[in-house]
Amino acid sequence: MTGGLLVLPVAGPLLLSGLLALVHQLRSDTTRLDRVVGPVAAGGVLVFAGFLLAATADGSVPVLQLGGWQPGIAIVFAADTFSAVMLAVTSLLVLVSLPFAAALGEDEDPAFVPLVLVLLAGVSGAVLTADLFNLFVFIEVMLVPSYLLFTAGGGAERLAAARLYVSISLMASTVLLAGVGLVYGAAGTVNLGELAGAGESSPAVGFAAAVVLLALSVKSAVVPLHGWLPQTYARTGPAVAALFSGLLTKVGVYAVIRLYSVVYGGTPRYLWVIMAVALLTMVVGVLGAVGEHAMRPVLTFHMVSQIGYVFVGLALFTAAGLSATVFFLVQYVLVKTALLMCAAVVEHRYGTGELDRLGGLARREPLLAGTFAVAALTLAGIPPLSGFVAKLGLASAAASAGQHLAVALVVGVSLLTLLSMVKLWNGVFWEPPAEDGEGEGAEGPAVDDGGAPAVASALGSRVRPLVLAPPVFLAAAAVVLGLWAEPLLTISTAAGAGLADPSGWVAAVTGR
Amino acid sequence: MSAALVVGLLVAGGVFLLLRRGLLRIVLGFVLLGHAVNVLLVSAGGMQRRGAPLLGETEADVAADPLPQAFVLTAVVITFGITVYMLALARAGDPGATTGHPPARSDASSPADGSDRDDADREDADTEDATADRGRRTDAAEGGAS
Repeated sequence: MTGGLLVLPVAGPLLLSGLLALVHQLRSDTTRLDRVVGPVAAGGVLVFAGFLLAATADGSVPVLQLGGWQPGIAIVFAADTFSAVMLAVTSLLVLVSLPFAAALGEDEDPAFVPLVLVLLAGVSGAVLTADLFNLFVFIEVMLVPSYLLFTAGGGAERLAAARLYVSISLMASTVLLAGVGLVYGAAGTVNLGELAGAGESSPAVGFAAAVVLLALSVKSAVVPLHGWLPQTYARTGPAVAALFSGLLTKVGVYAVIRLYSVVYGGTPRYLWVIMAVALLTMVVGVLGAVGEHAMRPVLTFHMVSQIGYVFVGLALFTAAGLSATVFFLVQYVLVKTALLMCAAVVEHRYGTGELDRLGGLARREPLLAGTFAVAALTLAGIPPLSGFVAKLGLASAAASAGQHLAVALVVGVSLLTLLSMVKLWNGVFWEPPAEDGEGEGAEGPAVDDGGAPAVASALGSRVRPLVLAPPVFLAAAAVVLGLWAEPLLTISTAAGAGLADPSGWVAAVTGR
Repeated sequence: MSAALVVGLLVAGGVFLLLRRGLLRIVLGFVLLGHAVNVLLVSAGGMQRRGAPLLGETEADVAADPLPQAFVLTAVVITFGITVYMLALARAGDPGATTGHPPARSDASSPADGSDRDDADREDADTEDATADRGRRTDAAEGGAS
């Protein structure tokens, strides 16, 4: 594959988004067009990512020097297996999330699909670029539509959460920009290929890049910079939260891994910092989840905890650890989205995600319950599901690196994860609904804000199977990736090898 | 040196405003921080050379580094857009947000939070809001005076 095509996953969605916005000006009702164009664009990026995976499988790195400038001057797009697999999983999520949002009616805002396409373009650019300032720009391209999507649907509570979300994001972006400026001042370039190893050899560049990593840690919600995530993701639209969970924080995680691998050359000097942060994130996230009593807050705290897992593999910085990280990241993004989609369906149909007001859904909604159970057990890491393969990889990599505390915590936090998944399962699906006193027989709308048990008052139809298709698909992917892990293991091994020794990527980017 | 002082002053002012209550002050704080980062970016290209970076017009040893200037241009546009959006957020919904009411948490829904309010008593509650608002404003004024 020639590198010139690398611009497609960025330009394609952006172009379609602009065209859609134009059509919106001309025609009044474009919902049907939106619902076709959005998935087509995401599917196109997914197909492209598939070709990219095939092209990078042998370790070759397609490169595009934008504008045909010489290497070192041009802005560079480069793709290795890690970029390609991230591109594939993010576009797959967008592809699945768009029909899901449509089924829940969250795409009523005419700007919804164009904004999601801009978001997709930003994510694609962020995982493909090999230029630090360009990374900042693409992260902004990704964040600006996310601000607008966040408030879609309105409501005082959502607006209050949006103020927090935008403030934190802007703070992190400001720090990120300052870090990029410091890197330029210290090294005289922002080309990641030229910066290779500079963080290790030059203290000034190392410090400047640390400012960038700090800002990216806020974006990836690492403890102690995680406080905003459960506060905000639990209060945006349910389908939007499912979309965000797979895209936004993961780009932060991707960038941290890429920068540490390239700019610091994976130097063992600072690995203890990453390990400490990773273990703290795992533990604090899962303990935070124990204290919550509604579906989405519990799940968003688990997001924090799982990001800790991802960083454990980075902190080992062995080929085995990094490939386990990539495997974990891919399967976790799919599973977490499935879980948040289940929560979204429950909230949408029964009007609440609070455990006290739900119960007994296993009998009413067997398909939903089954999907949730599979995804929850995957998150906890029960064999034979994909979460088990991922955690086994992490634990064995940590054990062979002699990090026994990490092994113990990987296993221990899994137990706590299982505990809190069982809590959700019991509260929402298994236990009989809480005392159905006043709510019984009331044929009110599904969304009632009174204190009555939500299930009892939600008479009538169940969730349509069509709504459940996206989470069922993602949960099935978790089963398949567990039973037949070979293809993804091959990919993640290649990606891990490329991260452990980034010289091939660096050579391609610098053109030397 | 002067650039470092300017950056330091702007960051100090920005952080001070960020720590104040009220979204309007926070937005102004971000504006100051954005300026600080822009000065930092320009100074990252070297403060000695100030010539216009035009090929054939300026000698290479006096021409300024154009790359940080391009960075700043991009960053200014992005910050401007987000600032306007934040001002819109401050204006939309809860009018208390601009005057120093902390972001509401759902599980501690206060009466002024407005999340579970019926249409019928909206007017009532709005007047309540306004009174509460005035109260807050005097609070803030006193806080500033002391």
